[in-house]
Amino acid sequence: MRRLVATLAFLLVACSAGPAVAERLVVSLSNHRVAVTSNFVGEELVLFGTIEPDSTTGQLRPPYDLVITITGPKQTLRTRRKQRVLGIWVNVDSREFVSVPSYLAILSNRPVAEIADQDTLRKLQIGLNYFLLPQRIGPDVADTVTDDPFRQSFVRLQRQQGLYRESSTAVTFLTPTVFRTAIAMPAAVPTGTYAIEVELFSQGKFVARTNTALEVIKAGFEQYVADAARDYGLLYGMATALMALLIGWFASVVFRRD
Amino acid sequence: MQIYLPIADLPVNVFLVLGMGLAVGYISGMFGIGGGFLMTPLLIFIGISPAVAVATVSSHIAASSFTGAISYWRKRALDVALAMMLLSAGIVGTATGVWLFTELRALDQLDLVIGLAYVTLLTVVGGMMIYESVQAVLRTRRGGPATLRRPGSHTWIHGLPFKLRFKRSKIYVSAIPVWAIGFLIGFVGAIMGIGGGFLLVPMLIYFLRVPTATVIGTSMVLTLITMASATIMHAATNHLVDAVLALILMVGGVIGAQFGARTGQKMRGERLRLLLGLLVFAVGLRFAYELVVQPDDLYSLRYVGSG
Repeated sequence: MRRLVATLAFLLVACSAGPAVAERLVVSLSNHRVAVTSNFVGEELVLFGTIEPDSTTGQLRPPYDLVITITGPKQTLRTRRKQRVLGIWVNVDSREFVSVPSYLAILSNRPVAEIADQDTLRKLQIGLNYFLLPQRIGPDVADTVTDDPFRQSFVRLQRQQGLYRESSTAVTFLTPTVFRTAIAMPAAVPTGTYAIEVELFSQGKFVARTNTALEVIKAGFEQYVADAARDYGLLYGMATALMALLIGWFASVVFRRD
Repeated sequence: MQIYLPIADLPVNVFLVLGMGLAVGYISGMFGIGGGFLMTPLLIFIGISPAVAVATVSSHIAASSFTGAISYWRKRALDVALAMMLLSAGIVGTATGVWLFTELRALDQLDLVIGLAYVTLLTVVGGMMIYESVQAVLRTRRGGPATLRRPGSHTWIHGLPFKLRFKRSKIYVSAIPVWAIGFLIGFVGAIMGIGGGFLLVPMLIYFLRVPTATVIGTSMVLTLITMASATIMHAATNHLVDAVLALILMVGGVIGAQFGARTGQKMRGERLRLLLGLLVFAVGLRFAYELVVQPDDLYSLRYVGSG
């Protein structure tokens, strides 16, 4: 009897906490590991997925909207502003962006502003305008308004590098419940773990979410050199200096005229 | 053909970098300088971070100055005693420079100081070289003696104490200016990421009256030792030396240097100095332009750390 009450209470809590019906997302990435080798010039990954109906009710509520957010390993970057002082251009002001993603791609099937209202987007941090980019301001760390000149310049510079990206056409629905997207990794992509968050919306309401991840690693010769430089700095330096001497000596032998 | 650089973390075109190595090598062989003041800005221009550029160029300069030093050694055209004397003060200068480098970096004004240092040094030295060599060219036109070594024309530098005799260079000078020059070259080199050959050669000629026969060889020995140790120091402390980039630059550099040296030997000394002066001055103006003209983007990013 007591167990039955407990079960009923649990069911009641579970139902009231989550949405009454919830679709499930199943996604698959073409490749979970991007290897940076000596001929690496960037790579494009493909993510496929389907929207599965809720297991109990079997209900689907199309049309759906989808937002995929990919965040690279965290970095701290300083944005500096130049100003003319005594005729020359000098860095006069700077802001530090603390623990921001080194890579950020927001891919959707239509502009995020049309997918959900501002409050929802802000709460879920969806879209470049709503993504939290904390700045160090004096002793505090906080995000500023989206039209803050430092924030705008930071995003603009990262976009120019291909590291930050927002595309409202990147996600395509093959059928109302099957979708695909291409994730472009530029050549200058930082190594580390990348989190991929897939969020599903229906009629402006958040419905479901799933996560996956990918890893960018240096491989082969590139990894060997990078590891050696990091772990055996002194030996690596001596080897490089020795290489310089050898090449210098070799050239003088090859080109000797007397 | 693109190749990914493991430390600089970006792909570059092998032929572009090889071509840069050849071109700078040609110039360095022609004038007997390392060419760091040309190579470092070029690497930054193709997108390599200044820190990696400065660290990697040092190994490139080590390679090309070693080639040069060997050929001057064969001709007995270098003064080891003088080079060692300069080096002893150069190490102190380098250490002081590295210390200041770290301090300025923390203040976010390193770029400005490097820019100003390049402008002042290159325009002043370039201007002086142009002036001096034009005078020399005019003197030879008029049929006067073109030699720089005027016996008996001693300056106050020759009145200083602690005199030393350098047999190979046939000079008898005080140790004080030798140390001062060595210190200055080490200091400037550490801050600006250059070997300092273009500074050292005229200083040795004008202040110490080192004959042109031994000056370039001696300068190359000094450059070789400072740059080889700079490579090791940069690799051990900051892990910023890109061996793949260095290798491509070196191969281009040593080949270019051989052809440059042949061209240089065919030219008259004062013509050569005039050309080098013009080159140094032009690079100085380029840096001045960058400081004075409004940049395309007032904002720039700097990597502070991960996490």
